[in-house]
Amino acid sequence: MYRYDEFDAAFVAARTKEFSGQVERRLSGELTEDQFKPLRLMNGVYLQLHAYMLRVAIPYGTLNSRQMRKLAHIARTYDRGYGHFTTRQNIQFNWPKLSDIPAILEELAEVEMHAIQTSGNCIRNVTSDQFAGAAADEVADPRPYAEILRQWSTVHPEFSYLPRKFKIAVTGAEDDRAAIQFHDIGLQLKANEAGEIGFVVYVGGGQGRTPVIAKLIADFVPEEHLLSYVTAILRVYNLHGRRDNKYKARIKILVNEMGTDVFRSEVEAEWSHLKDGELTLPDADIGAIQAYFAPPALPDRAEGVVTEIAARKRLPGFDEWRRQNVAAHRHPDYAVVTVSLKGIGDIPGDATADQMDAIADLAERYSSDELRVTHEQNLVLPHVARADLPAVFEALEEIGLATANAGLATDIIACPGLDYCALANARSIPVAQDISNRLADRQQQIGELKIKISGCINACGHHHVGHIGILGVEKKGTELYQVTLGGSADQNAAIGDIIGRGFSFEEIGGAIETIVDTYLAERLGQEETFLSYLHRAGSAPFKEALYGPSSKAA
Amino acid sequence: MALKVLTANRLKDGEVVYYNHAEGWTPTFAGASIARDTETVETLQKTGAAAAARNEVVDVNLIDVMHDGDDIKPLRLREIIRASGPTTHPQFAR
Repeated sequence: MYRYDEFDAAFVAARTKEFSGQVERRLSGELTEDQFKPLRLMNGVYLQLHAYMLRVAIPYGTLNSRQMRKLAHIARTYDRGYGHFTTRQNIQFNWPKLSDIPAILEELAEVEMHAIQTSGNCIRNVTSDQFAGAAADEVADPRPYAEILRQWSTVHPEFSYLPRKFKIAVTGAEDDRAAIQFHDIGLQLKANEAGEIGFVVYVGGGQGRTPVIAKLIADFVPEEHLLSYVTAILRVYNLHGRRDNKYKARIKILVNEMGTDVFRSEVEAEWSHLKDGELTLPDADIGAIQAYFAPPALPDRAEGVVTEIAARKRLPGFDEWRRQNVAAHRHPDYAVVTVSLKGIGDIPGDATADQMDAIADLAERYSSDELRVTHEQNLVLPHVARADLPAVFEALEEIGLATANAGLATDIIACPGLDYCALANARSIPVAQDISNRLADRQQQIGELKIKISGCINACGHHHVGHIGILGVEKKGTELYQVTLGGSADQNAAIGDIIGRGFSFEEIGGAIETIVDTYLAERLGQEETFLSYLHRAGSAPFKEALYGPSSKAA
Repeated sequence: MALKVLTANRLKDGEVVYYNHAEGWTPTFAGASIARDTETVETLQKTGAAAAARNEVVDVNLIDVMHDGDDIKPLRLREIIRASGPTTHPQFAR
């Protein structure tokens, strides 16, 4: 794992001190709210409905047990005993006092964490594949490149006041678990015929009120040119991106307005000045960062096969959990475990301080001290010996986190919605809880189904890319939920289509059940997934089931 | 005219507060003074602006409220949730 060097440590300490001074001056009245607001946002502090909210960065979703224990400690000491893991691989604390935030940031700095650039019109926390460095299907570990981007983008003088926020995701696998085509820049590592590493570059993806799938602008940018090429993109955006209208300020609008070919040629023209200059990454520097992410020593543990067979007989639920929440590791004796933060009827992404401590213990004991946060609001133990899977399962059961639902209908993404968020128009969490309770018994039968819920058009709950997406809006003073079908966040990126008129808070759970029932009744068999069925049959059967036969022609 | 209540978040800890003519800022919606005429609305407006200027509170707003039987409740769901806490956490009800 990456460890802070002297520069990182000094920088975070200085920033913590600086912001502590700003908080102090705000509390004493020396700074007005108008003066303070941009400063607090640069440090991840929002004002939500009930309280301040602190968003802490978890770079590329990787953390160790010491850091997780610190998050638990903060939840317990300064908050209300829990935290919320987000779709950007961050954690949010919902109830901190402004006067406590300096102390929280000091505690975070002790474990090499911070809240810098988790808000504001800058380059945000770089996200990555939660299985990075462990997945069997990976070309190379994307995290060293994410770390290089983090170092380059942190308080970057040229890119700290962009037209709008800017999100970068990096993956090293063909199977896209990081939703790279819905980021401002999406990078996919690949090896060319000579075996050299480079990047496929996508630009201008995003969700929000204007959902757009990113455009491919480069097939192979050699790794040493990563920073010069990304700088060229940012320069074109910084120069031409709109600053007159917040809703048209993201790079996706610029790429659409310019056209992909013109945008690409602008980037190439800018790059021609930068390429082979000071931004070229020396092999030694890449190697130095890669060394931090060297895979842990994983001794052969061939006994796993036998242990697992025995556990299937001994532990009820183990087999199902093994099938659903455990993925292939590059070392055949090991596995990647998804720890579901989606207990049936629970709040998606929430974890209590006690759960965080327990997971930290599991990471330390069974997963080479590593943990990951997923953009689907779950946690991952990336390096678990198959021989230890039964013990991990039993330990997760004890803390209520052994729900076997990764990728199933109850593994729902939901934004905080109107229960917390000052921007929201409708509640998301109770809708997720209701759907989870309704579909829990049938989720194995249903198979892969991604349901995603946002409480406003900003789409933090990724509804556009849900196989079933739900968007809460306010209509005539009440909550109304629009349903979209057919979205997808993986390599087959797609934006869902609205099915028809919306549903009330009371109706929405039943409507989702109707959609699921229609699929189950009409599919060719279990091997025809929800998305495959939708692609074959179209939306007509769902419309008829939801709105009656008259809607057929609509 | 629509009935109004003055609300804000306390600067120091972000807690939701309502304004009461006699007691000042109070954490409960039930304790809020209700403006029923334009004169009182104006007074509340000035009070809110002054409290923000004194850095006691932030995000000061006059919200619409309505009769609900013998009680008064906020008109919008957003304000109902602000007044009573997240619907997902009954243990944090205010």
